[in-house]
Amino acid sequence: MNGVNLSVRSGEKIAIMGENGAGKTTLIKHINGLLKPTRGEVKVLGYDTKKTPVSLLARHVGLVLQNPDHQLFAETVEEEIAFALRNFGYPDDIVKKRVEWALNVMDLARYRRTSPFLLSGGERKRVAIASILSYDPEIVIFDEPTTGQDYLQKQKIAQILNLLSLQGKTIIVVTHDIEFAAENFERIVVLSRGTIVADGRPEDVFSDIDAIRKARLLPPQITACAIELQKHYPQINVKTISVDGLCQQILKLVNPFLSS
Amino acid sequence: MSVIEVEDFSFKYEGSDFWAVKNINFKLEEGELVLITGPSGCGKSTLCRAFNGLIPHFYSGEYRGSVRVLGHEVKETPTYELARFVSMVFQNPENQLFASTVEREIAFGLENLGLSRDEIRERLEEVLEIIGIRDLRKRAPFELSGGQQQKVAIASVIAMRPKILIMDEPTANLDPVSALEVFQLLLKLRRELSMTIIVVEHRLELISSFVDRIIVMNSGQIVLDGSPRQILVLPEVQRIGIGVPKIVLLCKRLREKGVNIPSLPLTPEEFAEEVNRYRTRQSY
Repeated sequence: MNGVNLSVRSGEKIAIMGENGAGKTTLIKHINGLLKPTRGEVKVLGYDTKKTPVSLLARHVGLVLQNPDHQLFAETVEEEIAFALRNFGYPDDIVKKRVEWALNVMDLARYRRTSPFLLSGGERKRVAIASILSYDPEIVIFDEPTTGQDYLQKQKIAQILNLLSLQGKTIIVVTHDIEFAAENFERIVVLSRGTIVADGRPEDVFSDIDAIRKARLLPPQITACAIELQKHYPQINVKTISVDGLCQQILKLVNPFLSS
Repeated sequence: MSVIEVEDFSFKYEGSDFWAVKNINFKLEEGELVLITGPSGCGKSTLCRAFNGLIPHFYSGEYRGSVRVLGHEVKETPTYELARFVSMVFQNPENQLFASTVEREIAFGLENLGLSRDEIRERLEEVLEIIGIRDLRKRAPFELSGGQQQKVAIASVIAMRPKILIMDEPTANLDPVSALEVFQLLLKLRRELSMTIIVVEHRLELISSFVDRIIVMNSGQIVLDGSPRQILVLPEVQRIGIGVPKIVLLCKRLREKGVNIPSLPLTPEEFAEEVNRYRTRQSY
């Protein structure tokens, strides 16, 4: 990290993107206090992370790691999800209720007594997410939640992000999945080589070719189509990310007399 | 010549009460680059494990039918034998990395093949170059980022020049440009070393334009099998829950609105060409 300035408002939902090794994971580990800044400061809910124990931050900041195997250890899915809750000292009935809720939300109820290690990569990822959601932190950070997930599971994760967002939680997601980011976030932060090279609305960030190239990203397919088309037709707006948006513009292009 | 022949293959893991794959029939020809996709738990990984012998030699269970790889019946061929011509890159590179430097990681497989020092050195330089990880050669694999690790895993496998390369979500941890580079690399490996390549992937928007054939699995069975242009427009694909690339959705929408784009584009460049062609035809 080098000279990073970033402020995230309560209840915001942001995606952090950037090339392999850009520093995305390093950045988020500063938010839950696993890493402390050598220069500058990181404040989370007003707490200076250098002066606050990780155990205190952990209650407020849930981090779902990129590789679920770094996080999973229990003998059953149920036990895995209950672990943090017990650790925080919740009574049994609350633990039970929260575990049930998390199993259902992540579509894992049928695996409750299965060992997490017998599950597929995508399923283990869901167990890891469930074990964080269960203790209800105010800030939830996901490191690459969509890797190994199929389309429906991704939709499900998008719904969960929305649900958490509606509950007023602050959500920070590290992702390489451009289509997922374009569809589900209002703010995209692009990191490259330890610095922030773009920060803004998806349509602005994804049409910023220089920043995208620097961070080894690609524009979403629709924006890429708009960029290609604009080379021939200047009236095409490159800041387009939805299928509908580009469809309308092409209809106008092929039929200029069309009113809508 | 078929490099892989699967006949009425079914497999049920020990202790499981359902068939992970059932009644699978298909053939793969030399030099084919095929994508296997389908929802989580559809049996893709199980099928891949049956090609390199992990099934049934490592994962036991109930095995029916036949899987032949370059003429060898997998269930009767030891895995070390199969390893000479089938290599696999896993979803999670950490499961296969263990050496203290990237160089040693790549050299390990080559030493096992009994190659000469010169040959090992030559192949090492070649893959470091192809994959673009020259600067990582002295680093320890475990201290690299997820994407860098995946590149090292791919390099160590490609260095062995297997006839058949199986990649289970090889780009899951890669940034989009690195993912495209991996797919371009697959084209090159196919062209220059006539490798047969099987890729399991969910991110169809990145890979579709690179493959000859898409096999779609659902609930342990093959449900669709054809070229990307044939498969991606089918309504079943969406119904099964496969993420159809946005370009395909856009073309379908345009067709509904009367803008008939005859050939399905798979890249933004192809898309712009198709729109141009449509406009040119219009002006006559």
